[in-house]
Amino acid sequence: MKICVCVKHVPDPNLPVQVDPATRRLIRDPKQSIIDPADEYGVETALRLVEEHGGEVVAVTMGPPAAEDALRRAMAMGADRAILVSDEALAGSDVLGTARALAAAIRPEQPDLVICATESTDAYTGLLPGALAGLLDLPQLTFARAVSVEGSTVTVQRATETGYQVIQATLPALVTVTASVGEPRYPSFKGLMAAKRKPIEVRDIAELGLEQHTVGEPGARERVLEISAVRQVKQGRIVVDDGTGESVEEILAFLRSIQVV
Amino acid sequence: MGERRVWVWTETAGDTPHRLSLELLTPARALGRAEAVLLGPAGESALQKLAEHGATIIHHADDPRYTQYLVEPQVATLSALIEAERPDLLLFPSTPGARDVLARLVGRLGVGAIANAVAVDYDPSGRLLATVPCGAETLATVTLEGPPPYLVQIRPKAYAAEAVGGEAEVRMVSVPLDEANCRVRVIETVEQPAAGPNLEDANVIVAGGRGLGRPENFRLLEELANALGGAVGASRAVVDAGWVPYSYQVGQTGRTVKPTLYIACGISGAIQHVAGMRGSRYVIAINRDPDAPIFELADLGVVGDVLTIVPKLTERIAAR
Repeated sequence: MKICVCVKHVPDPNLPVQVDPATRRLIRDPKQSIIDPADEYGVETALRLVEEHGGEVVAVTMGPPAAEDALRRAMAMGADRAILVSDEALAGSDVLGTARALAAAIRPEQPDLVICATESTDAYTGLLPGALAGLLDLPQLTFARAVSVEGSTVTVQRATETGYQVIQATLPALVTVTASVGEPRYPSFKGLMAAKRKPIEVRDIAELGLEQHTVGEPGARERVLEISAVRQVKQGRIVVDDGTGESVEEILAFLRSIQVV
Repeated sequence: MGERRVWVWTETAGDTPHRLSLELLTPARALGRAEAVLLGPAGESALQKLAEHGATIIHHADDPRYTQYLVEPQVATLSALIEAERPDLLLFPSTPGARDVLARLVGRLGVGAIANAVAVDYDPSGRLLATVPCGAETLATVTLEGPPPYLVQIRPKAYAAEAVGGEAEVRMVSVPLDEANCRVRVIETVEQPAAGPNLEDANVIVAGGRGLGRPENFRLLEELANALGGAVGASRAVVDAGWVPYSYQVGQTGRTVKPTLYIACGISGAIQHVAGMRGSRYVIAINRDPDAPIFELADLGVVGDVLTIVPKLTERIAAR
């Protein structure tokens, strides 16, 4: 089977979010960016399915040339090759523009399965996978905590608010995975070396047959009008526990003052 | 120009509409004529509840295939309804089912959408304005351009549900359901009720993070929560690490909570977490690191070892 797995190069989620006041876009410093940790679960799922059934894993991303890092990481984990959708004309794409570009790159691959994370760690809207499934006209099986394939049937345990559902569709299909699918493998030294030699195809919008007015800033329906700071620092009381139990009394006094006890 | 038509998408939870959809009827009423869309079987009481919360029209279909097959039947019918009725704005709750439908609509209709909004409004010129948190310290004001309809997904508790009374006209949807859209079949539904009080409803939440050191130490939080009649929550870090189930997670990608008191134990206060608990009335933070960002949100901050402070506190409360 052939699996396309979507990955994203995101600012390290452990660092504070910064917004450029002029462009009103997230500041994305490539030196402080990594593969989205959420996407490693998608790569892991794809690798396990191909290990079981045979086939090929293709990592796909859209971004500036530096986004190649995320693809190399996916290939170091074991993906066979990668596609980088990259064009200055794609800057400022909203979810629809991004989905159009990724759909145009994935469609000619004719994958049996497209795997995405449930949502990215930087923008966290979670709209991209469903929009992509809509554009590719694939059934969408989302919030997977387990994924299995038997013959041409994909079965997913879909996390819900109160438990889970077992859902099924016939391939080809798109699946989004949660962190419950299983711990992503750490790339081996051999994997890291091999990834340097694996091929990355770079595609611009002309090669993908996309018209400028449908993607990037011109194609975006969503516009950020204003960014405002809401940093609220409470002037709360800070006490240092000295081991005498005094801080416990402070907490008790506070609980009484707000009538919780 | 007539009155704005604002649709609220809803699903049922048991025999009532999802509570988050009831919340969305509040802004829908404020912005124009509130209408609800409920595709799938629903009892009379569910429709009644939507009317009570201000829906004047309920677009309803009772074909069981809307819940036996996920997403595509909903999206096909909703697309046809939108085409025929031309609503101005569609509001979606922050539920997994709503996200699936909303996201696919974006691809099928080629329309714009905003997710994670905490407020929605129109400016005097009729431009849509949505407020979206971006990181813990900034809010973005976002609009959608191009022809309506506009799709906006709203975070839990951004609005309060209000039972205002009223009658609704129930319009049965006559769009035929195409078998070709019945591709994702529900084989089995498993309910796994979480133990203890529901996080969203709890008055007191005791939440833990990496600072607890080991998963077994969550027991200390359960004991404190029991003593206070509260619920236990967790940061994404410890949920991802498998210490506690996802149902415990508070944050951007977990639950949004607004308890009277939030006790953060060994939680540093990452953006992801703060987004889900910022609305707490009072915050107590216990953390060994005096520079932890959580202290900026705390009414009372204790710099110290959570593993020694929490059991002492539990003991003192239980002894009362």
